Amino acid sequence: MASAYLIATFAEPRALVDAVAAIRARGFKIYDVYAPCPVHGLDEAMGIRRSRLPYVTLVAGVLACAATVAFEFYVAVFDWALNIGGKPDNSTLAFVPIAFEMTVLGAGLATAAAFLLRAGLFPGSAPKLAGPPVTDDTFAVALRWRPNAFDTGEARNLLIENGATDIRQMVGDL
Amino acid sequence: MIRFEPRADRSLRLQPRPPIVGNPALGRITDDVARPLDARPGLGWCACFAAAATALSIGVACVAYEIATGIGVWGLNRTVGWAFDITNFVFWVGIGHAGTLISAILLLFRQRWRTSINRSAEAMTIFAVVCAALFPLIHMGRPWLAFWVFPYPNSRGSLWVNFRSPLLWDVFAINTYMTISLVFWYIGMIPDFATLRDRASAGLRKTIYSIASLGWNGSHRTWSRYETLNVILAGLATPLVISVHSIVSMDFATSILPGWHTTIFPPYFVAGAVYSGFGMVTTLLILTRSLMHLEAYITHRNLDAMAKVMLLTGSMVGLAYGTEFYVAWISGNMYEQATFIGRATGPYAWCFWTMVACNALAPQVLWSKRIRASVPALFVFSILVNVGMWLERFVIIVTSLHRSYLPSSWVMYRPTLIEVGTLVGSFGLFFSCFLLFIRLLPMIAMWEVKGAASHAGGTHG
Repeated sequence: MASAYLIATFAEPRALVDAVAAIRARGFKIYDVYAPCPVHGLDEAMGIRRSRLPYVTLVAGVLACAATVAFEFYVAVFDWALNIGGKPDNSTLAFVPIAFEMTVLGAGLATAAAFLLRAGLFPGSAPKLAGPPVTDDTFAVALRWRPNAFDTGEARNLLIENGATDIRQMVGDL
Repeated sequence: MIRFEPRADRSLRLQPRPPIVGNPALGRITDDVARPLDARPGLGWCACFAAAATALSIGVACVAYEIATGIGVWGLNRTVGWAFDITNFVFWVGIGHAGTLISAILLLFRQRWRTSINRSAEAMTIFAVVCAALFPLIHMGRPWLAFWVFPYPNSRGSLWVNFRSPLLWDVFAINTYMTISLVFWYIGMIPDFATLRDRASAGLRKTIYSIASLGWNGSHRTWSRYETLNVILAGLATPLVISVHSIVSMDFATSILPGWHTTIFPPYFVAGAVYSGFGMVTTLLILTRSLMHLEAYITHRNLDAMAKVMLLTGSMVGLAYGTEFYVAWISGNMYEQATFIGRATGPYAWCFWTMVACNALAPQVLWSKRIRASVPALFVFSILVNVGMWLERFVIIVTSLHRSYLPSSWVMYRPTLIEVGTLVGSFGLFFSCFLLFIRLLPMIAMWEVKGAASHAGGTHG
């Protein structure tokens, strides 16, 4: 669904961070910020919570490890115990390397998949761009523009004061 | 503060547009990295690619002949049951480790000099692991049955794989390493694909970049998660890379053969892997920076830092050589002693001394700042590293096998031309892949370089 946005562009990441902090301090909500690279200090300025991706890593890693150990144990002890060099059926220490590798594999793949799902990144999905240069050399702040609940003049002045190089309105999907 | 303003958009449209939109320093990074992808390949690149493709063809012919005839075309015998193939396997896996060290471990240590070389080092990891995986595969003799190494329910019982075998650990280690490296590499390229997508005019290129960039739009909410993801993947890749070469070393260390049956093997192999990998990264980057004219990005500072890593790991490898001899002597085990004396004085002594010269002695010249600053000197040195580290694996494997406990089984091993051709072919495969990579994909992580540039505050320049 198309909405209206106020897009302010910046050339300098530092000005961008200051502008975002100033705008939020005045009660405006930041819809999102678009940048060609991660900007330091912007998480705090935008008030973004810490990502919960590490929990995915932990859970997937524990599950993968447990599943692998259980499978190795089932195969070597219950399903078909083979005498290999007189080693015990349950050679737990020898099961460690594969359990470790599968832990890393499961945790890594699950975290990457969770990231792609959460960020809505899929092959073939059309990019919702705030303007093509945001993947090249420009930083942009997007504010959701609502006709009867938004002081455009104040927002614009704040952005200009904080070093915005261009402000425009955009109707579309972000 | 919030009030109704129906004519807002008109008032905005009347604002004069300032002349400069965007940051010229960041735009130049995009241009510098993306321009070579649009241009036609230069003469140097074509010559290198022709050489690599020729080497690859030799390898394809040798492997085809070997698979059609059987592994009797190799110089192996009953005493030396594996030699060239496993040497090449360990060599290539080791080469890959520098890529992960640069992309993961140095990320965790926040080493900014890695940003410009990290993408190509990671690509090198993937191509090296592909080359490595080739050798166990063709040594199977019937490579079309390679899937038997995976534990899947089968009609033979199910007859499962042996989870106690280091060779099976290898299967899991290499596959995990390959997969995680690929994911890390691809995830790292998504923002750059988006940059290339928005630069390209409509056409095939734009379509490919659009699909590969997964709809990336530079949202900071995504960037924030993306950085978390990168740190997590780096945190997983760091113990992974150490485990991979430790497991590779256990192929030997868990046996009872003198010269192999030692607890020093895992750390010794990991240090050697990093040493050889940095040798290869140095070779490739010195070639690349002149082929692709990226001297501004792959700087003397990068080369200097890599030389220091080689000085450290080369010295660790030298220390390991000394420790092995010391332990053989102090253990009082005559078989261990005979093996190590045999390495230094036996029929393969020339391999051993070349190895010591290249791996333990040669890196000591890197104490000199002048040598670290000289690109030709570093290039020659990086070749020596590769030669030395290949010989190290050959020495460990062949000298231990060819004369072990039973003198009546003592033999010599000599590689056949087919084996040499296969090794040449693996270099051909590696360099072909790498040369295609620097032509087709952004070989410098644009977003990381931009991040480092804007973070350092030097965005104008």
